[in-house]
Amino acid sequence: MGARLSAETVETAAIPAKATTRDCPYIYEVTVQFDQILQYTLSGLSTGAIYALIGIGFSIIYNSTGIINFAQGEFVMLGGMLTLFLMGPLKLPLWAAIPCAVLISTLVGIVFERFAIRPLRQPTPINLVIITIGGSILMRGLAMLLWGKDTQSVPSFSGDEPIAIGGATILPQHLWILGITLVIIVINKLFFYHTISGKAMRACAYNRRAAGLVGIDVRRMVMFSFMISSAMGAVAGIIVAPLTMTAYDVGVMLGLKGFCAAIIGGMSSGAATVVGGLILGVLESLGAGLISSGYKDAIAFIILLLILFIRPQGLFGKADSERV
Amino acid sequence: MLEVTGITQVFGGVTALEDVSFVAGKGDITGVIGPNGAGKTTLFNIVSGIYKQTSGAVHLEGKQVTGLPPERLARLGMVRTFQNIELFGSMTVMENVMVGMHTKSSSGILACSFLMPWSIAEERRIREGAIKWLDFVGITDLAAVTAGNLPFGKGRLLEIARAMAVEPRIILMDEPAAGLNSQETLALAHLIQRIRALGITVVLVEHDMELVMDICDRIVVLNLGKKLAEGTPREIQENQEVIAAYLGEG
Amino acid sequence: MKKELLKFLVFLVIVMVAPLAFKGGYLLNVLVFVGINTMLAVALNLLLGYAGQISLGHAGFFGLGAYLSGIMTTTYGWNPWLVMPLAALAVGLVAFMIGFPVLKLKGHYLAMATLGLGIIIYIVFNETVDLTGGPSGLSGIPNLSIAGTTFDTDLKNYYLIWSLTSVIVFLAVNLARSRVGRALRAIHDSEVAAQVLGVNARIIKIQIFALSAAISSLAGSLYAHTMTFISPASFGFNFSVELLTMVVIGGLGSIYGAFFGAVLLTLLPEFLREAQDYDIVIYGALLMAMVMFMPGGLVRGVPALFSRLFKLAGKEGGHA
Repeated sequence: MGARLSAETVETAAIPAKATTRDCPYIYEVTVQFDQILQYTLSGLSTGAIYALIGIGFSIIYNSTGIINFAQGEFVMLGGMLTLFLMGPLKLPLWAAIPCAVLISTLVGIVFERFAIRPLRQPTPINLVIITIGGSILMRGLAMLLWGKDTQSVPSFSGDEPIAIGGATILPQHLWILGITLVIIVINKLFFYHTISGKAMRACAYNRRAAGLVGIDVRRMVMFSFMISSAMGAVAGIIVAPLTMTAYDVGVMLGLKGFCAAIIGGMSSGAATVVGGLILGVLESLGAGLISSGYKDAIAFIILLLILFIRPQGLFGKADSERV
Repeated sequence: MLEVTGITQVFGGVTALEDVSFVAGKGDITGVIGPNGAGKTTLFNIVSGIYKQTSGAVHLEGKQVTGLPPERLARLGMVRTFQNIELFGSMTVMENVMVGMHTKSSSGILACSFLMPWSIAEERRIREGAIKWLDFVGITDLAAVTAGNLPFGKGRLLEIARAMAVEPRIILMDEPAAGLNSQETLALAHLIQRIRALGITVVLVEHDMELVMDICDRIVVLNLGKKLAEGTPREIQENQEVIAAYLGEG
Repeated sequence: MKKELLKFLVFLVIVMVAPLAFKGGYLLNVLVFVGINTMLAVALNLLLGYAGQISLGHAGFFGLGAYLSGIMTTTYGWNPWLVMPLAALAVGLVAFMIGFPVLKLKGHYLAMATLGLGIIIYIVFNETVDLTGGPSGLSGIPNLSIAGTTFDTDLKNYYLIWSLTSVIVFLAVNLARSRVGRALRAIHDSEVAAQVLGVNARIIKIQIFALSAAISSLAGSLYAHTMTFISPASFGFNFSVELLTMVVIGGLGSIYGAFFGAVLLTLLPEFLREAQDYDIVIYGALLMAMVMFMPGGLVRGVPALFSRLFKLAGKEGGHA
């Protein structure tokens, strides 16, 4: 798999007078190798974009509430599964199914926050972890009851004609993923930095009590954060579904990897997590392609553990200074 | 007994403490006072090993203890109480004080699980010790109450009993009178004097001027992170700078 | 002290007598697993309920014990009774070392780190096919035997497992009531106050983590020899969540609570045989309901419920 050069190749290779790269096996292997790396990197970038979206969803909720929403991955699942359901039995066209799916996912997010998170009398980390895990199990179970256990395929947004870039090929869906991710990130930035609600949410993230004291309705901000995160999760699920197929249990792994992206980015709801997601996606893709595909999932978790052990504030965060 | 030299603490861009030094004499009751924001609790947190100081040193009975974690300091004889009382809310009053005897006992996981006779004997000793200190502060009748349900004043006493169970040589109290009414404060003053009578050095951060002037042998005044003055209550009361800093307080 | 002894005796009697009520039959087989799950739940409770440290990866330690026992006895022909304690020791040691970086984390981050660990272990089980047999599992694991008696029937396994589980319960109850147990609960309630009193929170947390892992490994070894076949599927994230559910439902910080939780959750799927697909939904709903309405678990919630009902009945009786 690696660009290893055996002794025989060097000795026995006869290099003809007018040599092209195809004639020289050594250079040929290296070119192929480079193409492979490019391929893995490009597909890694697009999965990375998905992880980034999911990771930002985690960060938004964490920053305004201190909660890690274990159910985040399930909104990703809901996005894909709902789209399928709306297009299938309900026969909606793709462009209508998508916004409806996002809307329904957002509604589920609202219900979850209102009825599971808010009424919690003792919001200790243990209780929050358990209730969000419980919520994720419940959503998964309901999805399984409603839509069965089969993996299903979702049609690509604009066909499957491969596009060549350098020596690699990507699909139109990859471009959709990168494009939509970019749009969402820009919208995010605009919202959080240039609207009152967005700034209010950031205020809650910095200091909940102070935010409440200046008149910000903290409970509403918490609700908003769940809405935005579930919407983003759903979008992530929809745009990746054509590539990876979808099923009732895709949420678990995607959610966890999205969380890894958020950790790498230091729980930022912006660029740092995006970079974190991209790094994760590319490393995962390269590792799976070049080393072993069986251990692919392990890569994300090894990175997670390394970051948590060595630099828990993320690659770009500042170390927590002692608080008075 | 306790020597604090040149403690400076910088958080991000804020200098909370600048070159603070003072001495708490053995067997004395030393008070640390100052207007809000003077850095008193920060100083306490540094001395008791909870914060790491930016620079400076702390010596306990001549030994350098700067930067040692709280559990080491406990074994060296230093203990502290908290401004917001940090009780073990799910445990009973009795159990809280029994935890205080942790350093006076040593049965480990294996000995305790297998009910080794020496661990059973130790448990009895722990229980007896806990009762002794509950008696000392006067809350023996509340022994079976869950600590989380205690009224605030009793909670304060529990914290003190728990700290005494460590049999410390020096006890740091962070605003022990905060939240107490005048009756409770008086009782506290007597309690602190009884603690001193046992030979234990006391250092307290306080806002209650009456209490401080009443029982302290020496007083250190902090303002805006710097030491303003150090001396007997009389000297402090007559110190112009201190009066100016407080401007009518106390 | 007398009360504790009484509780344990009642527990022991129930455990020893139960098979007579379920003469043979399928349920006895399930009760064997209740025994294994109780051991696991007790181990997790020491870490989660007492010390307050969240672990979402305990299935990993369970699996390590199972595979160590399975592989060493089948591929290398070692004596099962030798491998079991050695495996527990090894797993405990590994957990001890990993505990240093891991237990520096708190709350959600700790949960995630243990989750990651558990999943990595699971993936290793799946991928090291030469060693573990991969997804198709490892079979041919010998039953345990002592002095000529082989534990190859449900009844024999029941008493073997429950004897060991009872010992673990006994030791755990002692530990919980001791100086160590108090130190753990103190760390849970206020780590800083515990440290100020001289409790070395860091080391104790790591010790309990290692102990918890070692006990889980033991349960895994027993599982391997009882089932004679193991596969990675039993040791993944789903089972870690199941264990967590047992501990939470039974009652955090209560050894017998862990027992109740294990009983309930191991028997539940049996009663849901017909509505099999609903088990995931019910798990999720149960978890959420417990945290919302009975955060202390059944072992505290049920008696509290009863006493409230009695008070209500008493009030009405007074008026009538």
